[in-house]
Amino acid sequence: MVGQVEDTEAGDVVARRLRELGFVAGEPVRVVASGPFGRDPLLVQIGYTRFALRRPEAARVRLVDEPQP
Amino acid sequence: MNATAPALHAALVGSPNCGKTALFNRLTGGRAKVANYAGVTIERKEGRLETPAGRQVRVLDLPGAYSLDAASPDEVITRDVCAGRLAGEAAPDLIVCVLDATNLRLHLRLALELAQLGRPMLVALNMMDVAQRRGIRIDIDRLQAGLGVPVVATVAVRHGGAADLLAALDRGAARVPPAAPAGGDLHARVRALLAEAVTMPRATAAIDDAIDAVVLNRVAGLAILALVMFLIFQAVFSWAAPLQDAVAAGVAGAGEWVGSLLGSMPLLQSLVTDGIFAGLGTVLEFLPQILVLFLFILVLEESGYLPRAAFLLDTLMFRAGLTGRSFIPLLSSFACAIPGIMATRSIADPRDRLTTILVAPLMTCSARLPVYTLLIAAFIPRRDVFGIFNLQGIVLFVLYLAGIVSALAVAWVIKRLQRDRSEHMLLMELPSYRLPDPRSILLGLWERALIFLRRVGGILLSLTILLWFLSSFPAPPEGATLPPIDYSYAGHIGRWMTHVFAPIGFNWQICIALIPGLAAREVAVSSLATVYALSAASEEAAAAALGTTIAAQWSLATALSLLAWYVFAPQCMSTLAVIRRETNGWRYVWISAVYLFALAYLASFITYQLTLALA
Ligand SMILES: Nc1nc2c(ncn2[C@@H]2O[C@H](COP(=O)(O)OP(=O)(O)OP(=O)(O)O)[C@@H](O)[C@H]2O)c(=O)[nH]1
Repeated sequence: MVGQVEDTEAGDVVARRLRELGFVAGEPVRVVASGPFGRDPLLVQIGYTRFALRRPEAARVRLVDEPQP
Repeated sequence: MNATAPALHAALVGSPNCGKTALFNRLTGGRAKVANYAGVTIERKEGRLETPAGRQVRVLDLPGAYSLDAASPDEVITRDVCAGRLAGEAAPDLIVCVLDATNLRLHLRLALELAQLGRPMLVALNMMDVAQRRGIRIDIDRLQAGLGVPVVATVAVRHGGAADLLAALDRGAARVPPAAPAGGDLHARVRALLAEAVTMPRATAAIDDAIDAVVLNRVAGLAILALVMFLIFQAVFSWAAPLQDAVAAGVAGAGEWVGSLLGSMPLLQSLVTDGIFAGLGTVLEFLPQILVLFLFILVLEESGYLPRAAFLLDTLMFRAGLTGRSFIPLLSSFACAIPGIMATRSIADPRDRLTTILVAPLMTCSARLPVYTLLIAAFIPRRDVFGIFNLQGIVLFVLYLAGIVSALAVAWVIKRLQRDRSEHMLLMELPSYRLPDPRSILLGLWERALIFLRRVGGILLSLTILLWFLSSFPAPPEGATLPPIDYSYAGHIGRWMTHVFAPIGFNWQICIALIPGLAAREVAVSSLATVYALSAASEEAAAAALGTTIAAQWSLATALSLLAWYVFAPQCMSTLAVIRRETNGWRYVWISAVYLFALAYLASFITYQLTLALA
């Protein structure tokens, strides 16, 4: 589950875009696949959509454990 | 409604892959006026339609955007047009927000953002057929209530699939959305709307998961990618052949017929058959190849495979200084660098975009195929290799590969030279797989064929006529023993150029053909045909195929050198004009012209000298 998306610098466009695409707190995420070279980029499922993220992009997404029911 | 009311001005807005373009085509019947937005290079597509009740509507297809908080030049246009802030562009009377019904979590956010603009708005819930098939249930009434604007279901790829939207336009159904609570969290509202109105059995289509498991697999995926690309080249080389023969025969027949009518005027007859029809025939002949290539590219694009290919190749491209997203523009550049360079608009990072523009001309565009085809057919034996491939196809493949490898190398060098080393962004959506819609493919092919013919037609005709003039005048002196072209202006220019080009094995005929070849590469072959047809001492020799002529007159080293030249071939003027337009200045035009010329010369020099040394 997404905890938050961290800016690596002030006005980080990548982080802003990630949030707009639905990487917001409480959203379940899953890595579905990874690229053939150096396991990069990552294919990440969020909501009903899949995005390809390079590792430095994916690293902005801080994860937290899903609360146990 | 009455027909004299001023046309309603509607703008289609939506996230990438929502089916906006398909809907636009459905609404306007595919008749669109394609131009650019003032001052920038982003495509502006506008069409007209008449609703069943006779209301005139002007429809504008805006570039796809995930958010109004723009992250690329495309999104800036969409934002500014929607807000009525773009100079020279009237604010739309009505915004039609197109949503993909199977991807609402992502797309609803844009709808909510648009709603905050406070303009009359309608929501088109597209891809309803797919949603139904996947068992997604959407309560349109609740969605409508939640958004505060009318929602209609559409299926852009089905005949009559936009009927509800047209009816809504007729009813004047668009509403200004109610003001949203200020500072509200859009994601929270999206979640609330989804919880209220949408039931999703599965987050993604089962079939997508299954296909992706194979296609994105690190072994199988790469194998499939290589296979797809190889298949394209074999197809371009062999499937198009019968069509090409038919076109060639048709044009030649027409030329002879017209020529025979002019029998009493030898000069005019020569202009018509040796100039106009010879040139026209050679170029039209390559239309089938170009269409086969575009067919593949369009099918790959429509099916959703292209972003997968970008995913697989991103790391390699990134290491070379490009991005996975460069893959699509570069693949288009195989057909023609012009649409390819124009497609770089979808690359958000300006540095990646510039690099892609600079290396796009290294992708072997279809205009170079005529030269390749001619030389391969004349110099490479048609021998079977491993029973299934033939040597000619393999040589063609190697030439394409040489273009790709040098593009990667050039991109790598550019990356080293760049001063701004901050991070480059990928962030790419992998859309759902779809069966390509035959109508969209045909429309796309039609558009491309027109562009090719227009671009080539004008340039070609004026150039072949100019060339015919250069090679026919001045007439040879009395008692001349050599072919007439030796005495013409073209002969002089060509002989002068050989000083520069002799070290790479080009004879003066090639040098002459290079001149118009710079203006438009596809003209080079027809120029050669003209030069040789005119330089032949007799009619019979002129009638013999150009291939046979050069096979007899050129050495293998010269042929290989010319092939190498055309891998880099300093680009056509249209490409330079596009670079000028897309980079807003002459700087990169000069840079690319000079570096391509240098590479071409170097490659040909090495090829020529090496072949001579080995032979
Ligand atoms: N089954 C189905 N397919 C659709 C529908 N609408 C569009 N498509 C397909 O969806 C794909 C994407 O459609 P486009 O019209 O290219 O999407 P777009 O929103 O213009 O995408 P961008 O040009 O990237 O902004 C194409 O393969 C269409 O044929 C629909 O209602 N039903």
